[in-house]
Amino acid sequence: MMHPAMIPEGAHPLAATVARFVWLLPLLPLLGFLINGTLAMLGAAKVGPADPSAGHDSDDHGHGAAHGHDAHDAHHAPTRHKYAAITSLVGPGVLVAAFGLAVACFFAMRSVDMERPFLLTLFQWMPVGDLNLTASFLLDPLSMVMVLVITGVGMLIHIFSVGYMQDDPGYPRYFAYLNLFVFFMLVLVLGGSYPLLFVGWEGVGLCSYLLIGFWFSEKANADAGKKAFIVNRIGDFGFLVAMFLMFANLGSLDIATVAEKAVELPMGGAIVTAMALFLFLGCTGKSAQIPLYVRLPDAMAGPTPVSALIHAATMVTAGVYLVARSSAIFSMAPMAQLVVALVGALTAFFAATIGLKQWDIKKVLAYSTVSQLGYMFIGVGVGAYVAGVFHLVTHAFFKALLFLGSGSVIYVMHAAYHATHNHDDAQDMRNMGGLKTYMPVTFYLMWIATLAIAGIPLFSGFFSKDEILGSVFARISHSTLAEATLFGVPGGTILLIVYVLGLASALMTAIYMTRMMLYTFHGPNRTGEAERSHLTEAPWIMTGPLVVLAALAAFGGWLNVPELLSAVGPVGSLDHWLEPVVGEAALRTTLGAAPHVTHQTELMLVGTAIAIAVAGIAFALLRLKPAALVPKKDSPAATGISRVLENKYFVDEGYDAAIVQPTLAVSRAVLWKGLDAGIIDGLFVNGSALLARAFGWMGSQLQTGQVGTYAWVLLIGVITLLGAFTFR
Amino acid sequence: MTAFLSSINYNAWIVPVLLLLPAFGAVGLWAHALLTANDPADKRWREVRVLAFAFFLGEALLSLGLWWSIDTAAIGWQAMVDLSWIPQWGIRFTVGLDGISLTLVLLTTLMMPLAVLGSWTSIRTKPHAYYALLLLLTIGMLGVFVSLDLVLFYVMWEIMLVPMYLVIGVWGGERRLYAAIKFFIYTMIGSLLMLVAILYLGSEASRIAGAPTFSYDFILNNVRLDPTTTLWLFGAFALAFAVKVPMFPFHTWLPDAHVEAPTAGSVILAAIMLKMGTFGFVRFALPLFPSAAMNPAVRSFIIALAVIGIIYGALVALVQPDFKKLVAYSSVSHLGFVMLGIFALTTESMQGALMVNINHGVSTGALFLLIGMIYERRHTRMIADYGGIAKVVPIFATILTIVSLSSIGVPGTNGFIGEFLVLVGAYKTQPLATVISATAVIFAAAYLLWALQRIIYNKLDKPANEGLKDLNWREIGLLVPLLIAIVWLGVYPKPLLDKTEPAARRLVEYVQTGGVKAAVNITHTAR
Repeated sequence: MMHPAMIPEGAHPLAATVARFVWLLPLLPLLGFLINGTLAMLGAAKVGPADPSAGHDSDDHGHGAAHGHDAHDAHHAPTRHKYAAITSLVGPGVLVAAFGLAVACFFAMRSVDMERPFLLTLFQWMPVGDLNLTASFLLDPLSMVMVLVITGVGMLIHIFSVGYMQDDPGYPRYFAYLNLFVFFMLVLVLGGSYPLLFVGWEGVGLCSYLLIGFWFSEKANADAGKKAFIVNRIGDFGFLVAMFLMFANLGSLDIATVAEKAVELPMGGAIVTAMALFLFLGCTGKSAQIPLYVRLPDAMAGPTPVSALIHAATMVTAGVYLVARSSAIFSMAPMAQLVVALVGALTAFFAATIGLKQWDIKKVLAYSTVSQLGYMFIGVGVGAYVAGVFHLVTHAFFKALLFLGSGSVIYVMHAAYHATHNHDDAQDMRNMGGLKTYMPVTFYLMWIATLAIAGIPLFSGFFSKDEILGSVFARISHSTLAEATLFGVPGGTILLIVYVLGLASALMTAIYMTRMMLYTFHGPNRTGEAERSHLTEAPWIMTGPLVVLAALAAFGGWLNVPELLSAVGPVGSLDHWLEPVVGEAALRTTLGAAPHVTHQTELMLVGTAIAIAVAGIAFALLRLKPAALVPKKDSPAATGISRVLENKYFVDEGYDAAIVQPTLAVSRAVLWKGLDAGIIDGLFVNGSALLARAFGWMGSQLQTGQVGTYAWVLLIGVITLLGAFTFR
Repeated sequence: MTAFLSSINYNAWIVPVLLLLPAFGAVGLWAHALLTANDPADKRWREVRVLAFAFFLGEALLSLGLWWSIDTAAIGWQAMVDLSWIPQWGIRFTVGLDGISLTLVLLTTLMMPLAVLGSWTSIRTKPHAYYALLLLLTIGMLGVFVSLDLVLFYVMWEIMLVPMYLVIGVWGGERRLYAAIKFFIYTMIGSLLMLVAILYLGSEASRIAGAPTFSYDFILNNVRLDPTTTLWLFGAFALAFAVKVPMFPFHTWLPDAHVEAPTAGSVILAAIMLKMGTFGFVRFALPLFPSAAMNPAVRSFIIALAVIGIIYGALVALVQPDFKKLVAYSSVSHLGFVMLGIFALTTESMQGALMVNINHGVSTGALFLLIGMIYERRHTRMIADYGGIAKVVPIFATILTIVSLSSIGVPGTNGFIGEFLVLVGAYKTQPLATVISATAVIFAAAYLLWALQRIIYNKLDKPANEGLKDLNWREIGLLVPLLIAIVWLGVYPKPLLDKTEPAARRLVEYVQTGGVKAAVNITHTAR
């Protein structure tokens, strides 16, 4: 990637535009990573003495103390890193540059005919046998949308991070990881082959691991990072197997070639279905769907901007991107599509129920994210790829806003507790309340996002959510999905279930989001007498990005206005934009015709959605009493169903007891101590050594030195031999 | 470069010189020992390590030319030298290279100076003997990779045992004698049957040739045996190699040897010596007995053992309290991938296997070096004795993380390319085994990240760790080449893949056709 040998494929119209510099997109954040990484090492590292073993014990402690290794409680110490200024410039700077380039590419793309994707080959990567893999970037309308979201929202979050993190002693390291993340994320969406996509796919998982465990001195954080990585890897296993299937059956791993050849496979056949399902296993890991969603809530251990960028706006949506990217494969496997939609719906539903009872403000948002990701999978699952991607985009806006807003809240709460040396939980909503007085800007902005996610008309989430539910409804009859079955259940029934679960989740979304806003910003303040005076609005470098995001969350729906609301804005812009990429696959699912519902039905659907959103908010406003809450330390433990929900159905504990602990126990007791040390080593290896020694001892016993004994033995031998020859 | 090398006739002398230089080095060290007998021990130690490093560095620099001088696409051995050795028995000194042995020779010559630097301050007792043994060891290792006479190969194969036995037995840890003897006897017993097989092949070849010969090329081209005999001979070779790889269930010498060996010993064991087992399969067991290797029962059996090794090694690694032992078991897992790749017999999987060979040398070598460095400071290898040390030794922690990620096979590092190629290629012929093996990506992440967490993350709660000093320039300097290799081979593996491609492709074609297809495809010269 350092010296891109530019080989424009054919003569794509984009090759003559700024888009030929698309390789710079990932390179910029990579550069940021290198600079910030170097700064981090320069600031933290002190090269050891030439002879590490000399005088080991004598001066150790003095040395450690003299350099003040603040091993404990590092992120509370307000010691600004000595290179913080450079990092503040470089870290967000590369993102601004990348976003600028992305916008330029976008306009270039708008001005040309994009029937064909723009493929930029950088170098030969794995030229082995039949596998002629190149490192190439694929720029098409779909990757363009993703690039804009990643660099755009990413840029805002980077800027926010300057305010949020600059007093952390690991500040350059933080930005190094964050830049590296953007690099891998761009490789993921630009990768022209599945293996290159996989590089980004695993790379973002790695950065997620590093960032979740950013404050690694806390075991819980390090645990959460590790868990995220391992659970991700379970999904990656699925991705790998899908690639094996592609290579063995389609003979290629290039995205374009695979798409071309996949449609030649038998419709609904075993191979293409297996391919789709294994790919989806990868998605469940990356995008936190059942059964692998358990890692995402733990991922909130990382700094809050990380949650916004990685665990809400970008990385976790990679699975949605992958399904849309592989739309050719999925559209050939209706059974797998039903699985995707159903898993998405179940995830949306269950995560929403858990979200109802969380007290940690970030956990509410985490489960909300899992739930909304489920929504996106419903969309791409039923073959409404544009709807899924649309929700991905609007979700990136409003969820990033919610997370960053919660980050501001936590930042202020934390500062207040820090000032009074209180060790209460800065993230527990029971310790908040009434913050609208102290943080009015954050308060209004977060309400915009809340209305958007709840699906209140004309806010962005309304359009995208509505489009997903409408698409499900339209496919209940007359689609390949309706004709397929899943476990003997007709596809139409499955879709109906998906639709109902989607509606129920929408209701709960409205409820838990309103609950979060009520408990955080409304009612009396529960932070504490001494702390109250320290509560203020976050600095502008943090609220600034929020304002931009709020505008996007409010008006993002313009990207794809339905015909019904053509008065509001241009109809179906995103539909047209993505048509060259996913149009064919979408039509395959709907049997060649655009999905059609009558005007009346459509009005009814929209009406239902609006009614549900309003009902949810109203219910929460009427039933929940923020005034009745008491701070966390005074709260009684939950019981009954609340306890089950608060503990997330005990799924973590279940996995631990059913999988993790047995694996460790068997590995330790049976495989290692039993088989390895016991049978192979103990019995065979040392046993044979023992046997040899025993024979040796027996032999030595014969060597008595008594000539008489030797004579007897000799005689017996001679007789035996003679006998043997005689009676042969 | 190529022009310069041919102007000095590089290919004609380089292999014998590479084999001889370490011997001169050993003599040189001996001379130094004699000449400085009256000097203070400290001074002698400081001098001898520089002297030894100079020899290894010279060896490495000399060998670099091979990268350009060897025409890996050509049919026929490169840099071949064929001299009479024991004419009465037809044993000759025949050496030569192809793309596969080229990469392993370079791995050897380039790893050895790093191993010496890794011993720089940790080996202080009997340094002359120690470095002389490392030099002798190098002869044996290089000899195995370049031998084209079966007896020469066997001699080289066995020669390595002695120095390694002594390195473990004299400079090793607490249970060094047990480990050394176990290592020696295990490998020795494995090889004895191979000797019988070599003698059998030699007598057959001599019968056909009318004169005694153990020539690899001659045997490959002319000796055709009945299926039963082929199976027996294949078994004899396979056993010797399987112990060395090590394949489950012949692996139990490895954890002990690794744990007890001094750092350089572990590095050499992991990075180079294990590769001789897999190399043996590629160079001898497969091409000499293609019908046995293609026998479905044999193949399934070996692949089953490979898959067991992959999963079993990973699971047992998961629960090791000793970091060195953890890495040792992870080797069992990684080498299982190599075996899977070889016996899946597709070009992609074979290329992947050869790549994993190199990768494992780089990554595991680096891991053992890092363990050695931290052991030198804290005198413990127990994971539980560490925790949170990223705070005090950030350079160490950073490098350990990168190397671990490479061992896990994270894309962007060398580890990914090798494992991916093995799996994606092996799936074509062995789908079930491949899918099972692919689960190792999960276990590998589990055992290494868990260990990583307990060593460098979490709270810095052991007072003894608070004063740890970070890596010094020598240590950083010796790790940097390995880090470069990790990233280079991960991002742009083409140069390496190109080197082994022709030989790997020919081998796969040759074996797949049961050796029926014109043998000239892999035989390199007719004598």
